[in-house]
Order: sequence, then structure tokens, then C-alpha cells
Amino acid sequence: MADTLTKEPDYSAGRSVGSLYWAVLRRELLLFFRRRSDLLNPLVFFLLVASLFPLGVSPDPTFLAQVAPGVVWVAALLSTLLSMDGLFRSDFDDGTLEQTLLSPQPMFVVGLAKVSAHWIMTGLPLTLLAPLIAVMLFLPADGMAGLVLTLLLGTPTLSLIGAIGAALTVGLRKGGVLLSLLVLPLYVPVLIFGSSAVQAAINGLPVSGHLALLGAMLALGVVMAPLAIGAALRISVSG
Amino acid sequence: MSFNSFSEFLAMDGHGLYVWLSYAIAATIVTINLVSPLLRKKQLKAELLRRLRREKKAV
Amino acid sequence: MSGQKKWMPRWFYQLASPRWCYDITGKLLPGFVIAALLLLGVGTVWALLFAPADYQQGNSFRIIYIHVPAAILAQSCYMMMAVAGAIGLIWKMKVADMVAKSCAPIGVSVALLALATGAIWGKPTWGSWWVWDARLTSMLILLFLYLGVIALHSAIENEVTAAQSAAVLSLVGLVNIPIIKYSVEWWNTLHQPATFTLTERPAMPAEMWVPLLVMVIGFYCFFAVSLMLRIRNEILHRERRAGWVRQMIGGE
Repeated sequence: MADTLTKEPDYSAGRSVGSLYWAVLRRELLLFFRRRSDLLNPLVFFLLVASLFPLGVSPDPTFLAQVAPGVVWVAALLSTLLSMDGLFRSDFDDGTLEQTLLSPQPMFVVGLAKVSAHWIMTGLPLTLLAPLIAVMLFLPADGMAGLVLTLLLGTPTLSLIGAIGAALTVGLRKGGVLLSLLVLPLYVPVLIFGSSAVQAAINGLPVSGHLALLGAMLALGVVMAPLAIGAALRISVSG
Repeated sequence: MSFNSFSEFLAMDGHGLYVWLSYAIAATIVTINLVSPLLRKKQLKAELLRRLRREKKAV
Repeated sequence: MSGQKKWMPRWFYQLASPRWCYDITGKLLPGFVIAALLLLGVGTVWALLFAPADYQQGNSFRIIYIHVPAAILAQSCYMMMAVAGAIGLIWKMKVADMVAKSCAPIGVSVALLALATGAIWGKPTWGSWWVWDARLTSMLILLFLYLGVIALHSAIENEVTAAQSAAVLSLVGLVNIPIIKYSVEWWNTLHQPATFTLTERPAMPAEMWVPLLVMVIGFYCFFAVSLMLRIRNEILHRERRAGWVRQMIGGE
């Protein structure tokens, strides 16, 4: 399993950065499928957090409809964060991470592939589950498409930023709380644009501007975050 | 000078509490930021001196 | 070394030497202490006694002379922390790590000061102790960023690893600060149109902004003093086994 990560890249046989990306992605997805509970937990957490709001505040439909975009977004953000902690943990524990760093593979690509796999296994299911919660929170039908679209664009950014925090805390025993402390302030812009896009959709305003901003943040994240992830992993492993 | 008397200056037209509270917090924070490194320096020097003396005795 | 091409000016390499830094900060300190005392003293008296009261906010306007310098300093302190962290990462410079580490507690306290004065100012102006104003909200998030850096630094035992990790985090934060600021401002205009902002005034007359400028420069001088004191402590602590530190302590 681990040798896709650690063996010498065989460029002569036409193996490129792209094929490394796919190899790592395939490996990660396979590992995720073997630990199915990890896949389910963030989703259950998502449902739970969202159902706490009617219980804690009020089950009144008009009130819930008003807060629904924010609640769904906050719940999605928290469950992404929750699943982030384990992203590099098992690879760190069994030494694969160290081997990967020693190998000549570009860390940029490995990090990006790991984050992609993480998003496919948490962000994407969250996005697909969101309409269900939105219905339970009486989100107006006009906002539904906006909600799914913003989550689709926003959750990869959340995964990318969260991975930086995960990489910085991977070597620490009690990384969980620290991770949320590091990452949550950085999630603010995504939350603001995501939930206000849904609000705008409900009010019948155009959402293309919001989506463009979310897309811009995602683009920035794809370019910058893997660099930070690579540097952070190198520091965490060597220290 | 914006004030005619000292009591007027203290009252700040009814905003005295807010103004003086702000300035007091500012003074506290500035003082803490200067005093705490000075105390730390004293402590560091004392520690170093003790270590030096111990080493001298050991020789 | 003599044959090797030097990429940076000489003072840059000298900065890397803890001993040189200790000496130069010792020489610079008195000047900055005098400047800070003078500017803060003159600025405070000017702000409290001589600056005119605002026609709308009355005398509570005098809080601006604390709030704005603190807010400006909190932001530039974060920038300095991130830049020093980057220098430490790239050139493996110990002194830069010390600067970054020393910036964090000062930044936290000034950000707290800006938040506290903003909240106090909000009471007479808006009628409540806290308003989700764009500036106050950005400052709150900046405070969280600072606390994150400090938490990460203190969670890692190895001093070198801690400094490097904190540097990466503060650089990520530095990239994010403009985005956060923009998004919070945008969010604010969305939810509270036409609120009256504390500090944005069309044109401040000279008798108002000159003392403000004095206070801003005074706060920077105070920052320099506190930073240098902390850096000197860090140098003493980390170089405690070096000969020159022993000689200096033993000679006193």
C-alpha cells in the first residue's frame, strides 16, 4: 500500500505528477472504505448538530427558516473540522509520512491528493446530505440549490484550510482542541460568503457573485494550501 | 483647554466613566507589558548567577 | 567565507548573531524609552485636555486616542510576527524566531485593549457594550489568530519546531487577514446598513488628528521598548550556556 507514496518515481515509464496524484488518491479512498465508521461519523455529527438548534432554541418554522442557512453552514463546518484531525494521524503513527517526506515525491501533490480524498469522503457526502437537514429546518425551496452549490464550492476550501491545521498538529498528542483553535478563525470568510449566498438565494437575489467569491477562495486555497501543508508536515515530522 | 474646571474635566460631560475606564485599561496594559519582561529579566539573571556559583563551588 | 558572494547587506548577517542583537538593543533601548514616555505623555495630556470634543459624540470621542493606536499596533504587530517567522523559516535565524515569539504576547494585549476600548466606546455611542461592528469583529478574529499562534507555540516542546510551526501558522493567517477583513466588512454592510462607524470620519480637523498621530507613534515606540525587552530576555535564556552571557552575568 505504502509504496505508491514512497517508491522512487519512475519518470522514464511516463509516470508523472498526475499519476502520482491519482495513485495517492486511490490509496486514500481505499483506506477510507476499509474504515467505514470514519466515513459515517462526520455525517451523524452533522445531523446531530443541526438537530440541536430546534431543540435548543425553538422549533418554530418561521424562526428556523430564518436561521437555517447559518445553521447548516456552521454544522457542515464543524463536522469537516471534526473529521480533519485524523487526516495525517495514521500515516504519521505507522511511519508512512516520514517515508513519504524522505522520498523524492513532491509533497505538494501528495498533500493535495490526500485533501481531495478527504473531501470526497466527507465534504461531498455532507453536501449531499445538506438538503435533508435543510428540509427539516424549513429552509425555503428557493435556497436549496444555492445551499448545495455553496457547500460544493465551500467545503473543499474548508478541507484545504483544515489540512494545514492537521499537518501542524499531527505530532501532538492532544491535537484535537488545538486544531479547532487554529483553524476556526480561518474559516470565517467561507462561512460568511456561504451562508449569505443562501440568504441571497432565498430573497431572490442573484448568487453568482457569492459563488465567484467562493470559487476564488477555493482557487487560492488549491494553490497555496498544499505548500503550507507540505511545509507543516516537514516541520511536524522532523521535530 | 477644553474644560473650565477640574470637576468638569473629571465628569467629561457624563462620559467620564467611559473615558477614564478606557485610559485606565490602556495604562494597565502598557504597564504590564513593560513590567513583566523586566521581572522576567531579574529572574533570569538570578537563575544564571546561581548556576554560575554552583559551578564555581563544584570546581 | 570571504570568497563567497554575499546576498544580503552586512547588518542582515549581524542580526543573526544573538550577541550583536543584545548589544544593539541595549544601545537603542534608552532612546526608545524616552521617546515612548514623551510621546505617550504629551499625547495623553493633549488628547484628554486640549483636543476638542466631538460635536456628535461629545467627550467619549477621546477614547479614539487609545482605540485607534491600539488597533493599528495590533495589526502591524501581527504582520511583524509573520514576517519575522518567515525570515526564521527561510534563513534558520534564531533571532528572528525570538522576535516572532516576543511579538505574540504584545499583540494579544494590544488587540484586547482595542477590543475593550471599542466596547466601552460603544456604550455611549450605540447604547450597548458590544455591537457586531465590522472593525470590532475583525479585531476579535485577529485576537483569535494570535491566540492560535500562541497555543500552537506552547503546545510544542521543542523550541525550534515550535517556532517553525508557529511561523507557518502566522503566515497562513497573514494571507487570510485581508480576506477576513473584506468578508467581515461586506457581511457588516449586509446586516447593518447605515450604522454609524466609530472611526471613519469624512475630515478630521488638525486639532483632532495631530494628537492621534502623536499617540500612534507613541504606541509604536512603546511596542519597540517592550519587544526589545522581551527579545533580550529570550537571548539571555537561550544563550545561557554561551561564554559572553556567563561573563556578563558573572562580571556584574
